[in-house]
Amino acid sequence: MARIGVFVCHCGENISATVDCGKVADTIGKLKHVAYSTEYKYMCSDPGQTLIKDAIREHKLTGVVVSACSPRMHEPTFRKACAEGGLNPFLCEMANLREHCSWVHEKNELTTEKAIDIIRTQVEKVKLNSALQPIRVPVTKTSMVIGGGIAGIQAALDIANCGHKVVMVERSPSIGGHMSQLSETFPTLDCSQCILTPRMVEVAQHPNITLYTYAEVESVEGFIGNFKVKIRKKAKSLDEKACTGCGLCTTKCPQKKIPNEFEQGMGMRPAIYVPFPQAVPNRPVIDKEHCTYYIKGKCKVCEIVCPTKAIRFDQPDEILDLEIGAIVVSTGFDIKHADFFPEYGYGKYKDVIDGLQFERLASASGPTAGAILRPSDGQVPKNIVFIACAGSRDPAKGIAYCSKICCMYTAKHAMLYKHKVHEGNAHVFYMDIRSGGKNYDEFVRRAIEEDYVNYIRGRVSTVYERDGKLIVKGVDTLLGAQPVEIVADMVVLATAGVANPGAEELAQKLHVSYDSHKFFAEAHPKLKPVETNTAGIFLAGACQNPKDIPDSVSQASGAAVKVAALFSQNGLTREPLVAFVNRTAPPMYSTCVGCFLCQSVCPYQAIEREDFKTRDGKIIKTVAKINEGLCQGCGTCVALCRSKSIDLYGYSNNQVYAEVVALLNEF
Amino acid sequence: MKFGIYPGCSLTGSARDYNESVFALAEAFELEFTQIPDWNCCGATAAHNLNKELSLALPARILALAEKNGLDEIIVPCAACYSRLVVTQHELKKDPELKNRISEVIEMDYKGTSRILNVIEWIDKYIIPQLDAKIVNQFRYKVACYYGCLLVRPNKVLNYDRAEDPQTMDIVMTKLGATPIDYPYKTECCGAGFSISRTDIVSKLSGKIIEDAEHRGADAIIVACPMCHSNLDMRRPDINKYWKTEYNIPVIFVTQAIGQ
Amino acid sequence: MSHSEHHTERNSLAGSIESKVDVKAQKCYQCGKCSAGCPVADDMDLPPSVVMRLLQTEQPDNDDRILRSHSIWLCVTCEMCLSRCPMEIDIPSMMDYLRQRSRSEKKVNKKARNIIAFHKSFLNSIRFTGRLYELGLILDYKRQSLNLTQDISLAPKMISRGKLHLFPTMIKGTAHIARIFKKTSN
Repeated sequence: MARIGVFVCHCGENISATVDCGKVADTIGKLKHVAYSTEYKYMCSDPGQTLIKDAIREHKLTGVVVSACSPRMHEPTFRKACAEGGLNPFLCEMANLREHCSWVHEKNELTTEKAIDIIRTQVEKVKLNSALQPIRVPVTKTSMVIGGGIAGIQAALDIANCGHKVVMVERSPSIGGHMSQLSETFPTLDCSQCILTPRMVEVAQHPNITLYTYAEVESVEGFIGNFKVKIRKKAKSLDEKACTGCGLCTTKCPQKKIPNEFEQGMGMRPAIYVPFPQAVPNRPVIDKEHCTYYIKGKCKVCEIVCPTKAIRFDQPDEILDLEIGAIVVSTGFDIKHADFFPEYGYGKYKDVIDGLQFERLASASGPTAGAILRPSDGQVPKNIVFIACAGSRDPAKGIAYCSKICCMYTAKHAMLYKHKVHEGNAHVFYMDIRSGGKNYDEFVRRAIEEDYVNYIRGRVSTVYERDGKLIVKGVDTLLGAQPVEIVADMVVLATAGVANPGAEELAQKLHVSYDSHKFFAEAHPKLKPVETNTAGIFLAGACQNPKDIPDSVSQASGAAVKVAALFSQNGLTREPLVAFVNRTAPPMYSTCVGCFLCQSVCPYQAIEREDFKTRDGKIIKTVAKINEGLCQGCGTCVALCRSKSIDLYGYSNNQVYAEVVALLNEF
Repeated sequence: MKFGIYPGCSLTGSARDYNESVFALAEAFELEFTQIPDWNCCGATAAHNLNKELSLALPARILALAEKNGLDEIIVPCAACYSRLVVTQHELKKDPELKNRISEVIEMDYKGTSRILNVIEWIDKYIIPQLDAKIVNQFRYKVACYYGCLLVRPNKVLNYDRAEDPQTMDIVMTKLGATPIDYPYKTECCGAGFSISRTDIVSKLSGKIIEDAEHRGADAIIVACPMCHSNLDMRRPDINKYWKTEYNIPVIFVTQAIGQ
Repeated sequence: MSHSEHHTERNSLAGSIESKVDVKAQKCYQCGKCSAGCPVADDMDLPPSVVMRLLQTEQPDNDDRILRSHSIWLCVTCEMCLSRCPMEIDIPSMMDYLRQRSRSEKKVNKKARNIIAFHKSFLNSIRFTGRLYELGLILDYKRQSLNLTQDISLAPKMISRGKLHLFPTMIKGTAHIARIFKKTSN
């Protein structure tokens, strides 16, 4: 005989302002099988939980319905309370009186009646609940960090320093990411390379970190604690052990006119190359697309000059199979380039450049060794215009968001320019200055007050070239939209930060969500900013949205802690609310007919095949089997099963029918 | 091949030369036109400035007449008329209620099915393919291709070429042997319908357009709009007076350039 | 409860623009790109971005300033503002509406007299003939604007080149056109 306890929460005034909780508790108390019914102001508080625990013991309850907020909010809380009261936690259900009733209706009789109805369904359901045991899954204590920019580097070092193994996978030939391209960093103006390169070296030398550069994730299967990952190590055409990194090959390569990615196209590189002198690993790769040998079948100059005979033209790509427990995605971001802006010349003017190109010009290791020289003729620009919000906050161009980092780096660029070209004039066109952050606004003020950067509030309408100068047309909106025309020598666009090419493809491989701009999506915008909605996969850095170095590093450490917390346990428990295929006596074994329609619809690849065999190994029957580690309990297979052989623990067909019938029946 | 043509008022008056060159071109390339019978004025700037409904009804009558006479494809050499016709078609497609209302005003059925071509689209589609066979003299000049406003804007409605630095006329001129210059004033406004009421504004705006073309060493400005032509050419004395200059760069209709 | 239910009826100019031409003044974040690209902005008393800001205030005084401005008549409908607006605000359609409101409320700026006189002469010309009669237009405009001597020197040259007809061309459907004018005159 079922003995159900019902606990009606006021949620302060969230529920009691529109629902008559006293009446609800009284009415429910009179229902058949309800042994106990009460109300309380805060059921989630310590006295509230004690109320539940005591009632379980006192009234010998066989099931509990907590009528309060959403299960997403407090189901774990109340299940834990029930367990402490001696009841299997899966015999506790929640009736959502807040989101489903009090918040969405006015105060009146009907609202109270609806609350009663909601509780009645859960009372009927909980009668059919069965005691379930959590599922235990093992954890592989090796993590994978995808992307070796500053976020990936930080996450990898933090995890490795906790004593766990890390595999870092980086698509390009070197780690370092965009930060390695930067000149100086705001708001302190310390040299980017000086603070980054030691960490890059630390990654390469850390005993717990295995670094794969020039490598990409091929596929990811499995689940939290138990991912199976394939990595493609692209052929570098090099025996990395034999190579000493002397660099002779890169100086002798006859192909010298390939636009240098690291220099944002402002310099050239050979076909066998190290992206930049401080690269980690400091070993060259052969770019097969541009190498004369791969294109025409002859050349091999690098092989001839190599003192250690390290060149391997016939080296194939290598596929590595790895067992991984947790994944940190830190694939970073990209920016729009000048060709994205029709009104600023579609990229046809050489002296209209983007922010990363300016970074390379200002960098001591850049193509001009840190001198600000314009690309067209190598002259020092006397008049320079910076255009903020180029593409950002521009729904007409498909980018409605603020890219967040541009206000700060534009102030920095203008400042660096003024420090290097004392007689020059720097103008910044801006819409708003967004400089929230420690010492950030002070930094912008310094650009304006001490370096006399001319800030003009307005968006530039057009930029065109005339007599080797760039005509920049805008207005000063603080002067009633007074026209401003600047004859500039160089224009720097603070272009929008966008998702990396390939982000969408990677998100699909990882089964994590991404937003309409192809940025990876966090599990909760406030309380789970580091988690994705796939357990065991975490986010760090600008792959989530454009962010600066301090934010990326903080988030990376956060992700690392999540990984370390996961690895601190010997195994994982999962809620047992998963699907199962029924079992019957031989020779039938199950009513499943083995059509595997369920397998084709399962979004989590959780359905496997199970063979029943005779003693001599002959297969009698093949039926579906649920991998409890992978199943998320969505129920798609249950709905689709033609022989009604699959059901869901905690949400069985009978339980759902009982809820519906409760609503249909007058009481 | 037979097309409908909507010449518009300017082409029968102040832009007679444009009209003649369009017809001469059609004849040379054996393309036959049928004028939309009893066509009326599109209403131009005046109508949409003063009376929105009228500004839709006048073009709708023209389009309805074309439909009635089975003219599926109409060429509209005047960029201003082209803009009014396409915008009307777009507005009435967007709003069925408005379409019914306008249909009632013009006392005619209006379906909105006509394909409306501007002069460059027409040249590109029907003249260019047989250009090599017919070309007599290459047009070997440095030219500034001036599109004006109404050929490219509103871009999302017209859906023709790109709004900034359009290319179609440049491509046509290149095929004729000309060298188009990089010209930032391609789509800057010439002053449009202010020709008579605010000649000072026309002189100012058109003056900038001419100055830049001359400065960049163009031999001619190529246009595809009678209004632009009259502002840049007929208003030249006013422009030179306003800017105290002596600009003499010729302004040529794109169809005249082909006919050269 | 949706947010819109909280709004009371808006009597402001911005409110009517939103309901009549589907242009939402609140979308403007005052970047000024419209004013920067507007070819006539430096002749305007209120550049387009300033018109947008005045609308956003929803103050009767500011609405009045707009309807009495010279700007709304100086707008040449070149559409550059819309073409470059990051928020895709259809300023040209809004300007058409503002001009009509300004006329119906008899708030037309005196400096716009010639511009309106020309538009009226233009429509008069087609009202009676169906097509533009350029000489008639010019004469009618001279009568309305009292600019009697303007362009006198152009006429003979144009007539001799056959560019200015002495007599109007009448279309067959003049009665039809007259009815269209009548039905659309509110």
